[in-house]
Amino acid sequence: MSSEWVYIGIFVVVSLVVPIVAVALPALINPKKPSKLKEEVYECGIESRGSIHVQFKAQYYIYALVFLIFDIETVFLFPWAVALDKLPLFAVVEGIIFILILLGGLIYAQRKGVLAWT
Amino acid sequence: MTDVINLIGNWLREVLLGWGVSELWTGLILKSAAALLVALVSMGFVIFIIWLERKLAGRIQDRLGPNRAGPYGLFQSFADIIKIFTKEYITPEGADRGLFNIAPVLGLASVLLIWAVFPFASTLVGGDIHVGVLFVVAAGSFGIISILMAGWSSNNKYALLGASRAVAMLISYEIPMILSLLVPVLLAKSMQLSEIVASQQPWYIFVAPLAALIFFISSMAEIGKAPFDLLEAESELVAGYHTEYTGMKFGMFYVSEFLHQFTIGALLTTLFCGGWSGPFAEQVPILGVLYFYLKTFFWYVVISWIRLSLPRIRIDEMLNLNWRFLIPVSFANLITMAAADRVMFEYGTARWLYVLVMLAINLVILWAGIRLVNRLAQPVVRQRFPERPVAVPPETEILEVS
Repeated sequence: MSSEWVYIGIFVVVSLVVPIVAVALPALINPKKPSKLKEEVYECGIESRGSIHVQFKAQYYIYALVFLIFDIETVFLFPWAVALDKLPLFAVVEGIIFILILLGGLIYAQRKGVLAWT
Repeated sequence: MTDVINLIGNWLREVLLGWGVSELWTGLILKSAAALLVALVSMGFVIFIIWLERKLAGRIQDRLGPNRAGPYGLFQSFADIIKIFTKEYITPEGADRGLFNIAPVLGLASVLLIWAVFPFASTLVGGDIHVGVLFVVAAGSFGIISILMAGWSSNNKYALLGASRAVAMLISYEIPMILSLLVPVLLAKSMQLSEIVASQQPWYIFVAPLAALIFFISSMAEIGKAPFDLLEAESELVAGYHTEYTGMKFGMFYVSEFLHQFTIGALLTTLFCGGWSGPFAEQVPILGVLYFYLKTFFWYVVISWIRLSLPRIRIDEMLNLNWRFLIPVSFANLITMAAADRVMFEYGTARWLYVLVMLAINLVILWAGIRLVNRLAQPVVRQRFPERPVAVPPETEILEVS
């Protein structure tokens, strides 16, 4: 089994090396003529003003919060699904109740109106 | 002769051992060679895929598509690669150079990494780890980070806005995607991809069509192509998170987008369509590789077809589709299937009955979900304007025929 993980480790290195080589190779042959005008930020031809760290909708943040809950939940559900036939009946029912509690959270968020994009 | 790749692998092992290379190093060299082969074959496929996609787009939009370079324009992608190689790298002023350069590399790496675990044939499995499905999810999530890095570091308001949109969308669609990935795990009682493939009697797309459908829709959103291509909506956000990228750095994002679509095809094949299985695939493993890639190409073309036919949907519609339809339905499906699985296990139900019951559950929940959504849907509020005068033709004299 550990040899499989060695392969995964090698694959991580390979999958990083392939794009690094692909990005680094053109740097040897491509032209380098930097100029002030060329390096300006492209915003449809209009001169860029101010910092980019502008304020925008807080909705993005709330989606991330709700996502976090469900993502962690699903990580717990994978082992539960694998061992479904070996678990005692109590654990199976408990898993389902766990999902239902979190679904309650989804309904709460829905009622609060935080999932609506206004 | 039927298992060419393992044959070559064993021959190489003999040669290396014959040269006096130690057992450990032989293993490492062979594994590196295998990893490089898988990665480069996937990259090679991308070159072909880009041609296929453009040709397909041309035909669907009643054009010819690329037809100048080589027969049927087959060498068009190579011409593009040569061109993109000679393009200057421009870094916008005020950009965070470190993040700006890492982002495209990480973007492609996250997609390539998924190819580490696919079983290509009965005897040809990459890294056959116990937690294969979790690995796929984890590797795929890196792509989201690379998008946020690209948008944040390029010092461009549109890029940042595009990246934020992309992240809000991708993380939302990640939930139904993971929940529908749970269904094959639940049916196969294993997270190992090779075991999931081996246990598909019949294919899981016939056992759990609803899970396959939800996985299909949410993974279409994950790759960020039309109708879900809000992250690079060119009429709103210049080009989204890769506005400031030039040359091969942009090329990396482009390639990773195409490779991701191909990877989703491979995932659909592995999890729902039997992977390498097909007639004689057990005896002749090389046929398994062929079946695997054929099915992957089938799904690839289906995704392209949908993307070329549908217009982009609005961001609130898209998020509503996810939070109000896909997530509740996939939760309901998961709970019911888990309960049914356990109950049928207790009574020792026959396989054919098991499949039929699962199929029925999927179809009933799909039907109920659509009905419920239709009932709960808020009526569309249309603004009513006072009637405006309509141009009328000058009064014509009606000649009464007497």
